[in-house]
Amino acid sequence: MYLLLEKIGSGTLEFLETSGRMGMFLMRALTSMFQMPFKVNPVVRQVHFIGARSAFVILFTGLFTGMVLGLQGYYTLRKFGSEGFLGSAVALSLIRELGPVLTALMVIGRAGSAICAEVGIMRNSEQIDALECMAVDPFRFLIAPKLLAGIIAMPLLTAIFDVIGILGGYLVGTGLFGINPGAYFQGMYTSVVWADVEMGLVKSLVFGLLMVWIAACKGFYLHMERSGGFGAEGVSRTTTDAVVLSSVSVLVWDYLISALLL
Amino acid sequence: MMSNQDDHNPPVVIELAGVEKSFGRQKVLRGVNLQVREGRTLVIVGASGQGKSVIIKHMLGLVRPDQGEVKVFGRDINRLNRKQKDEVRENFGVLFQNAALFDSLNVYDNVALPLRERTRLNEDEVREGVMAKLGLMGLQEAINKFPAQLSGGMRKRVGLARALMLQPKIVFFDEPTTGLDAHKSNELYRLFYRTQQQLGYTAVIVSHDVPKIFKLADEVALLAEGQIQGCMSPEDFQLSEQPTIRAFVEETMGHLYSSDREENGLYAQV
Ligand SMILES: Nc1ncnc2c1ncn2[C@@H]1O[C@H](COP(=O)(O)OP(=O)(O)OP(=O)(O)O)[C@@H](O)[C@H]1O
Ligand SMILES: [Mg+2]
Repeated sequence: MYLLLEKIGSGTLEFLETSGRMGMFLMRALTSMFQMPFKVNPVVRQVHFIGARSAFVILFTGLFTGMVLGLQGYYTLRKFGSEGFLGSAVALSLIRELGPVLTALMVIGRAGSAICAEVGIMRNSEQIDALECMAVDPFRFLIAPKLLAGIIAMPLLTAIFDVIGILGGYLVGTGLFGINPGAYFQGMYTSVVWADVEMGLVKSLVFGLLMVWIAACKGFYLHMERSGGFGAEGVSRTTTDAVVLSSVSVLVWDYLISALLL
Repeated sequence: MMSNQDDHNPPVVIELAGVEKSFGRQKVLRGVNLQVREGRTLVIVGASGQGKSVIIKHMLGLVRPDQGEVKVFGRDINRLNRKQKDEVRENFGVLFQNAALFDSLNVYDNVALPLRERTRLNEDEVREGVMAKLGLMGLQEAINKFPAQLSGGMRKRVGLARALMLQPKIVFFDEPTTGLDAHKSNELYRLFYRTQQQLGYTAVIVSHDVPKIFKLADEVALLAEGQIQGCMSPEDFQLSEQPTIRAFVEETMGHLYSSDREENGLYAQV
């Protein structure tokens, strides 16, 4: 009984401590983003890393997601005799939900894990200490470009995902099921409004922030991990934690944003 | 704090007073008192694992003492806010024991980083400064290599080049010559001596290279049992009657003088 209480207590403390640390981390990262002089190069490099290098994966998943939506959508809509709505069904589900969420999950797997491992290894091998001793702010130098790049890259990748997905749905709908191409796009035009695009945009911005925030913070405070953040194993365990945590957070925030903006 | 300034006693720039530090249940520092005076070179010696690197990390403000104070330029470094801490650290040049090079940057970019981040020099000026320092360290050939592709001694030298990049007022070298051959380390000692003459920096050096390092030292401090056993000029240190210091001197330097005999003894046993 006593042991249980103790466990709950220390668990709560750890949770509070971690949340506080993460909050402070985000504040510092955000403020250091706006410190002058602003350097463009590191941000471009990070956008390249997070964005450009993920583009292929996103194209691929986007295409297949759109195609499967075409398939399943057609199957469902046919039951109600409203195959004509395939365009709007595909577009709406992509723009509002699947585009941002699936893009975020894919990018977390690729770039989020890499960010966490990179920062974690820098912590482990005293590179972050070295930065601090040079009076170079690690937040400004290391974290801010990544955070900004995440916020820039995620909506762009989501947009690619959406467009390719809509194309995939079109291919399946017109090629496989003989739906009228004009009807596919006409349905889309009439049903997709700015609010839908806005919701997708807000989501992808938030997801981009969440991904870099969680990944970088986990890596940055690797040495404070309770489970021991030492060596290669510590980095790999923390990276796994970061991927899981950011994926779950994406889904939770997806729900919250949907509920808020609906 | 910095008042007793006369020719013989330059002002104290770093002061550790009663510093205690434990890691978990292991008590590493048990009340360290140590002063570093401006323009002087302090060499910290002691057996491996005694906490020499931990002392340096206290001076850098990377580790917070459990007890006691660390004052740099008269200010408690652990009470400074981030900006003030940076102002203090702008005067530092640090070589970590493991060199702590940025492993995703090549040698050139590693050494250029302080210039790029802390000054507004253009790339040509950066190049000039970097190549000069790399030349001093004999690293011109290696500028495009990454830290993982360097030997241990080369990594140390890159770290030194980076530490000396911005004309520091205080340098911290954690085992600068470990991993270097005798020729390279002699060269490095000469280089330290020259740069020290030029820049007049204050130096805190941790080294196992006894007695060679004594030539560079104004003061030698021995760390043992979590405390500074004594801090004095190298001459006094070698003649000191204090038991721990004597034991250390005999252990390290006696070994040097009687190495023939000991080696014979060793071989005789095999
Ligand atoms: N972050 C840390 N966490 C736990 N223990 C630590 C930490 N840093 C140092 N120690 C412990 O403190 C002691 C002193 O370490 P330190 O690295 O200062 O030794 P050192 O005197 O520099 O030795 P060497 O000459 O081998 O470099 C060691 O026992 C080490 O295990
Ligand atoms: Mg050490």
